[in-house]
Amino acid sequence: MFELFPFRKTIPFMSWGKATTAISLITFFFSVWALWDRGLNLGVDFTGGTVIEVSYDQAADLPAIRSALEKTGLPEVAVLNFGTSRDVLIRLPVRGTENAAQTSNIIMAALTAATPGVELKKVDFVGPQVGKELYDSGALALLLVAFGIMAYLAIRFEWRFAVSGMLANMHDIVIILGVFAFFQWEFTLTVLAGVLAVLGYSVNESVVIFDRIRENIRKMRGATIPHIIDDAITTTMSRTIITHGSTQIMVLSMLFFGGEALHNFALALTIGIMFGIYSSVLVASPLLLMLGIKREHFIKPIEKKEEAVV
Amino acid sequence: MNRFPLWKYVLIGFILVISFLYTLPNFFGEVPAVQLSPLRSAEKVDIAFLGKVESTLKTAQIGYSGIELAGNSVKVRFDSPDLQIKAKDVLQTQLGEHYTVALNLVSDSPSWLTAINALPMYLGLDLRGGVHFLLEVDMKAALEKEAIRYQNDFRTELRSDKIRYGRISREGNVVQIHFSTRDQRDAAVNKLGTAFPELKIAIEDLDAGFTLSSSLKPESEKLVQELALQQNITTLRKRVNELGVAEPVIQQQGASRIVVQLPGVQDTAEAKDILGRTATLEVRMADELYINAPQQPEQTPVGDDAFLDSSTGRPVLVKKDVVLSGDHFKSAQPTFDQNGRPAVSVTLDAVGGRIMRDLTRESIKKYMAIILFERGQGEAISVAQIQGEFSSNFQITGQFSTEETTRLALLIRAGALAAPMEIIEERTVGPSMGAENIEKGFHSNIWGFLAVITFITIYYRVFGMFSSIALAFNGVFLIALLSMLQATLTLPGMAAIALTLGMAIDANVLINERIREELRNGATPQAAISAGYERAWGTILDANITTLIAGVSLFWLGSGPVRGFAVVLCLGILTSMFSAVTVSRAMANLTYGRKARLTKVSI
Repeated sequence: MFELFPFRKTIPFMSWGKATTAISLITFFFSVWALWDRGLNLGVDFTGGTVIEVSYDQAADLPAIRSALEKTGLPEVAVLNFGTSRDVLIRLPVRGTENAAQTSNIIMAALTAATPGVELKKVDFVGPQVGKELYDSGALALLLVAFGIMAYLAIRFEWRFAVSGMLANMHDIVIILGVFAFFQWEFTLTVLAGVLAVLGYSVNESVVIFDRIRENIRKMRGATIPHIIDDAITTTMSRTIITHGSTQIMVLSMLFFGGEALHNFALALTIGIMFGIYSSVLVASPLLLMLGIKREHFIKPIEKKEEAVV
Repeated sequence: MNRFPLWKYVLIGFILVISFLYTLPNFFGEVPAVQLSPLRSAEKVDIAFLGKVESTLKTAQIGYSGIELAGNSVKVRFDSPDLQIKAKDVLQTQLGEHYTVALNLVSDSPSWLTAINALPMYLGLDLRGGVHFLLEVDMKAALEKEAIRYQNDFRTELRSDKIRYGRISREGNVVQIHFSTRDQRDAAVNKLGTAFPELKIAIEDLDAGFTLSSSLKPESEKLVQELALQQNITTLRKRVNELGVAEPVIQQQGASRIVVQLPGVQDTAEAKDILGRTATLEVRMADELYINAPQQPEQTPVGDDAFLDSSTGRPVLVKKDVVLSGDHFKSAQPTFDQNGRPAVSVTLDAVGGRIMRDLTRESIKKYMAIILFERGQGEAISVAQIQGEFSSNFQITGQFSTEETTRLALLIRAGALAAPMEIIEERTVGPSMGAENIEKGFHSNIWGFLAVITFITIYYRVFGMFSSIALAFNGVFLIALLSMLQATLTLPGMAAIALTLGMAIDANVLINERIREELRNGATPQAAISAGYERAWGTILDANITTLIAGVSLFWLGSGPVRGFAVVLCLGILTSMFSAVTVSRAMANLTYGRKARLTKVSI
């Protein structure tokens, strides 16, 4: 039998409580600081504005492009390389004028006049109103997912599990957002989708451990609660590593082959998976202990539920 | 204990075969085609029309590889893009008057697959290239336009009852009429109240006189807005038909928005130009007093508007009343009048024809002006004396060049908007970018998948192979389901396929780990396999439901590509639960279930 995690003896995860709490608090406050100090680099989806991607036959001459665009009289045009030296990204802030949708036409006309053969690859124009709506519905989706999952955990287990599972996973979300803010990676709609998927996905890690804790509480009559939790984590560790390893393989594949469009999405998932393991094991479970989980919460008539696995 | 009844194997086999069938169309490439659909959605294409297309192509000696009726359109396949473009030109000149002739790509899958409705996945704009516009209709303007119409109607109504009135003014959507006596005002309230039950009429007594103000009741206001939106959608349809797009999507979104999606459009600047066009046409009567007067008045008289006459370059005064608005114009073609000068021949719809007949009968020898509004500017493109009675067919003559008549005809055909619109979101993806995105999405999936199954097979050996095959089937199920539902596949959707494949293995890991644990605790191999599958189900369900909650929320609140992500995520979770549990169990049962004395399993 080939095993990545060949431990038979229970590992005392719960005794590391102080250290893990410290790590969590430090990363958490670092993230909050990054978010507060630098803020998310919100993409055009949320802020409104125009982003145009063009590609040239040869390496693009950025100064020439800039001067060609200056002649159009459009304010605050940012021109930068994107991916390769032949690909250029042009970014404009949202404009108050009615004809904002014509911006990309004006720009393409100016670029074609300067260098015939320039190819339009992508235009994203988002009006300020739409940007705000996408922002609002994104925030609403985040709340909805968080409460939906919490409600599910509360019904399926007990409120202490719901609260600690959710806190642990919100801590992951804050860290993902913090890292995006710190490095000023662009936060787009696709990244938001990734973040929400992470929320749903990493909660299932907590679910597997909680399932096992509940099972152990019934089985291991003499054991203390910390020991029960340690045992649950140890016995599920192998599955944790393999499952997340597989998902991470897929995500890495997206990171390497998915191109610019999926790059930040894959980054968000990578951070989410890493911290998802950490927080389920070393944040959610100590929190459960802190919230004062007791044997009596489970030795009740509801005993006859299907047994947990792993 | 590890045996399935026969029906279970048969059912799994049946689902597999069906899934393979519906996955198949995605593996055949696409061939160039020309698609013909009627300009009016009410018309239908039939076998007779198909024959007409065939004979047109035969006369032009253009070879085609297939022709079919698909929905309400005829699709003709060609071996090369050259033939496709040649055929498009021929068909456009021969049949273009009543049909949209568009270049398209159609699936090259054999006809028996199409016959069972097995179609390739529907690709989103980010994968096939094209334009997505979100347009916001200016409802305030729609209501104001309505108020202006009432201003005219009030004049006619009051005049017909010989009720004397003073000024008729308008503030936003409220129309106010001034009277000098209370009796006149009250008579007007009665008259207008019965004539226009959709209006809310308020009265006020001022020192300066007596007034009546009218505004639309809230429910009629809503109706006006709905109609404005519907008319704009109809107009957009006409304009999109001008562009010749194969499968356009034009849909209402919310109360005041319209989504337009034009797959495969190459010239996005042209598309934007045609969609964003705000030209409208109005027929009004010229003010007779000034039509041949040597001197124009200093100020525009009340009840008149001044426009520049494009043929003389002088201002012309026309009545404010709109006789006929642009939405009654059915078609327009550039032509020449009997003197050989460029003109535009116009056809009106039935209502427009009736109005025109009444007008021309009553107003012989009077002057009629045709006003073109473009970007808020009005211009009299033609001021002509009515020579005789006519109805729905007539010619617009003026000092035109042939280019001008062509442009004018196009503007008239493109129709009028009930209210101005603004593009508030645009997503354009160039055709090469679409192909690149497909390739990237495909590579992400295939390399990730190969890496995962290699790892799982090494780790769990025979059971790893079961898991890998189950994972491959999961991919097949997912693609089959997406093809069947014709759900839109976007690049984030392809990322979701990769993600669900990565997460789907979780179920098998749970099962396999459980089997190992049972074996470690001394269970017999048969019992271990059985317990592993039986007991994993609860956890698999729990673990997947949380992700499903995220997926459903995203679908509900997301838009565009994010929605594509959510759809695939949700479907992927459902298929993975089936494949990981049932399909891999079937394989384990087939391999190990028949051996009565199993001493060892490879896991």
